[in-house]
Amino acid sequence: MSPMPASYLWFIPLLPFAGFLINGTLGRRLPRAVVSAIALLFTALPAAIVAWLWATMRAAGAPDSIEVVSRPWIAITGFHVDFAFTVDHLTLIMLGVVTGVGFLIHIYSVGYMAEEEGYWRFFAYLNLFMFFMSVLVLAESFLLLFVGWEGVGLASYLLIGFYFKKTSAANAGKKAFVVNRIGDFGFLLAMFLLILHFGSLSFTQVFATIGQHPEWQGVRFLTAIALLLVLGAVGKSAQIPLYVWLPDAMEGPTPVSALIHAATMVTAGIYMVARCHVLFDRAPIALTVVACIGAATAIFAASIGMVQHDIKRVLAYSTVSQLGYMFMACGVGAYAAGIFHLLTHAFFKALLFLAAGSVIHATSGEQDMRKMGGLRTRIPVTFWTMSAGVFAIAGIPPLAGFFSKDEILYQTFASPNPIFKLLWLIGLVTAGMTSFYMFRLWFKTFFGESRFEQHSLDHYGAAVDARSSTTLAAVAEHDESQAAHSHGVHESPWIMLFPLVILAILSVIGGWVGVPAALGGHNEIEHFLDPVFASGVVAEGAASSAGHGLELGLAALSVLVALAGLYVAYLFYYKKPGTAAELAERAKPAYVVLQNKYWVDEFYANFLVIPLMMFTRGFLELIFDRGVVNGSGRAAGFVTRIFGWLARKQISGNIRSYAGWLAIGAAAVIAVMIFGRSLWVHL
Amino acid sequence: MVPTAYYLILAAMLFSIGIGAFLIKRNVITIFISIELMLNGVNLTFVAFAQMWHQISGQIFVFFVMVVAAAEAAVGLAIIISIFRTRQTLNVDEIDLMNS
Amino acid sequence: MQLALFIIFGGLALAGALNLLFQRHPINSALSLVVVMMSLAVLYWSLGAEFLAAAQVIVYSGAIMVLFVFVIMLLNAGEEEKTHGSRAAYGAGIPGAAAIFCLLSFVFLSERDALGKVSVGGFLGNAVDNIAEVSATLFTKLLLPFEVTSILILVAILGAVVLARKEQ
Repeated sequence: MSPMPASYLWFIPLLPFAGFLINGTLGRRLPRAVVSAIALLFTALPAAIVAWLWATMRAAGAPDSIEVVSRPWIAITGFHVDFAFTVDHLTLIMLGVVTGVGFLIHIYSVGYMAEEEGYWRFFAYLNLFMFFMSVLVLAESFLLLFVGWEGVGLASYLLIGFYFKKTSAANAGKKAFVVNRIGDFGFLLAMFLLILHFGSLSFTQVFATIGQHPEWQGVRFLTAIALLLVLGAVGKSAQIPLYVWLPDAMEGPTPVSALIHAATMVTAGIYMVARCHVLFDRAPIALTVVACIGAATAIFAASIGMVQHDIKRVLAYSTVSQLGYMFMACGVGAYAAGIFHLLTHAFFKALLFLAAGSVIHATSGEQDMRKMGGLRTRIPVTFWTMSAGVFAIAGIPPLAGFFSKDEILYQTFASPNPIFKLLWLIGLVTAGMTSFYMFRLWFKTFFGESRFEQHSLDHYGAAVDARSSTTLAAVAEHDESQAAHSHGVHESPWIMLFPLVILAILSVIGGWVGVPAALGGHNEIEHFLDPVFASGVVAEGAASSAGHGLELGLAALSVLVALAGLYVAYLFYYKKPGTAAELAERAKPAYVVLQNKYWVDEFYANFLVIPLMMFTRGFLELIFDRGVVNGSGRAAGFVTRIFGWLARKQISGNIRSYAGWLAIGAAAVIAVMIFGRSLWVHL
Repeated sequence: MVPTAYYLILAAMLFSIGIGAFLIKRNVITIFISIELMLNGVNLTFVAFAQMWHQISGQIFVFFVMVVAAAEAAVGLAIIISIFRTRQTLNVDEIDLMNS
Repeated sequence: MQLALFIIFGGLALAGALNLLFQRHPINSALSLVVVMMSLAVLYWSLGAEFLAAAQVIVYSGAIMVLFVFVIMLLNAGEEEKTHGSRAAYGAGIPGAAAIFCLLSFVFLSERDALGKVSVGGFLGNAVDNIAEVSATLFTKLLLPFEVTSILILVAILGAVVLARKEQ
């Protein structure tokens, strides 16, 4: 087929934006079928364009990257930035994920949100998100990426708080936005430093300049920029210490969790680090920080995920943990591995969320796993697809998660820095914990006797009463949208199952693009990303030094750990169901710590939020806003009134007084005319 | 041969006395008269300068000033008459309806 | 001789103006103004503006001041009563007037030399006498303003008639 003209790149974000405009303005009055059709159409077309783009860039002789530039955006002396899109192989993978998985989730949402009010609003926001995310991955400059960055944050806020009448949802949306903002602050400072040192925010220019200065290894300003960018990534990708918004973001509808908080938005931080690898490679300190944060987050989140009862919360902490893996991969320089895991994670995490949504739909809004069980026979398609996801994330070969996670672990171990051996160990333990809590979820939901009760609406109403995220997470949430129809456990409609099936297939075969040489494959994905990461100094050294034997050994070890997790979960939750409760009793202190999520939210609330609120209300509002701002307004009015009073006194109605003022005015004018010659000339 | 400055200073004196009379007097008609005095002072200035620079336009301007003064006097006195009819007073201090 | 003429009639004009200032009855002020105008007519004549001197006597003091006297008689304006003054008039006006006079005389005295001297008698441009000279410019170059002033007078007549009419 003929190559895609570069100008078509503009359509990839603009089509969803058009969908947003149409659904946003007219959607309220349109019938649901039309709203869905518009949303799906404007998501399918970009997916088609991306497919065409793939074909174009995979053809023989295709350039490694294509660029399309618009008229200048900001053009002042010393600084210039355009609206420019660039597509290289990294962008292709990201676009594939965004448009492909996005489209599948749009299809799913048509079924999931079918009985929801605000249907048009949901799809409008979803299209808006697609627009911003496309801009983010296509951007050729830091500034345009930041536009997408902020935009997805906005869309996330709108979608998390979709059920805006529910206080906890509104608060969760606010929390996500504010915490993200902290990261954005770091990103902004990084951009300022970039302008200061490079005079440009364009990727090509900045990276070319860095390339021309090989002596800039480990230099301070690059480290500063890199660390500030890391701050941004930490906020967006929910790493320690800015991960607290992601579990609360589960207040949003499940498709939102799947799209935004699993597959796309949270991966923006990783994408940004990978995109700026040229810069990060010159700041080894920043890379080490990234790796350590990634590893710490991975094990931290996994530990909390092990004791959660809400099915979506388990998946949320799992997302945080897996993002930690990707961060760790980038930190050790294995950018390709990180992106590979991003890809497979998109598949199986989206699948897991959508399947969880299907389970919730089946149980009419129940999200607490303690009230599920034995659903295997009742919702078989959901069961089989979710199983594919669970096995994939646990890292059981030959499913997708095994290859990507293993690649990361191997690269971490083989890396020259000795600290990274410790990180490898952390990653290994986390893999075990991941396997454990995912199979725990699997067993509790689908196996055993059915603890599921038929729900009536008033029963659920009492349980949902005023719950904030900082209290004990002992009672799980209910998904309102699915409680609307409580008619027995039933399989979801085919419009919801179809994306599940596609994603399940992808979770199974998706890893096969990255089979490493040690296991007989060609590691296509690494080679695919070579043009992007070829200048990465760190990764190459790591990959070739150790031999195939080490890789095989490590792979075997991680499979063993995954199977161990499976076995422990099997013991606790299938064979002898009471074991978990016993263990919890015996290790009560540890259990309480995990239950309370290490009290991080409480810490933030008491030591950061409350002092800030006191400062804002006490000082800024009382003194500054009421005193200074209002006061100066009133003072201005007062002064004007004084002048008015003075002026009014002059208008006495007495002709003689007018004459008096006239005389003195005339004298002044004559004086000016006589003596103000120089003034006159200058005027 | 009289220095021009003397004529001009005489005119300035007439003008200033006119302003003074305007400010001091209470009778409306007297105020109008003082306006005429001011105009005369200005006329003298114009004629003096016309002579000094040998330009006839100074005198022509005086001509126009006289015409305008005539028109203004006519209309002004008509107004005074109508004010007198309504307020029965020619005292300018009592004609202050436009007090804010 | 010109100096004597200037001093006598200049002094007369000044005296008339001061008399205007200090008289209480408006008719006295009006008649003082007539004296001022007559003296000024002589001064105009000495400065070579014969036509203007005639116009001053005939039009200004002969018609306009007569009109003033008519109105004073018609309204039977009496002596001025002392009413409350205006503070602004005395406070701002008198200094203002004084300031104007001081400024002007300062300028004129400091430029005394530049101003030069004037002589008795007119200067004749291309014309035979003053009136020919005036009319030569008035009816050729300044014909439009001349016609406009006639309209102005017409409008003033209408205005005066309308304003002074008794309400029916």
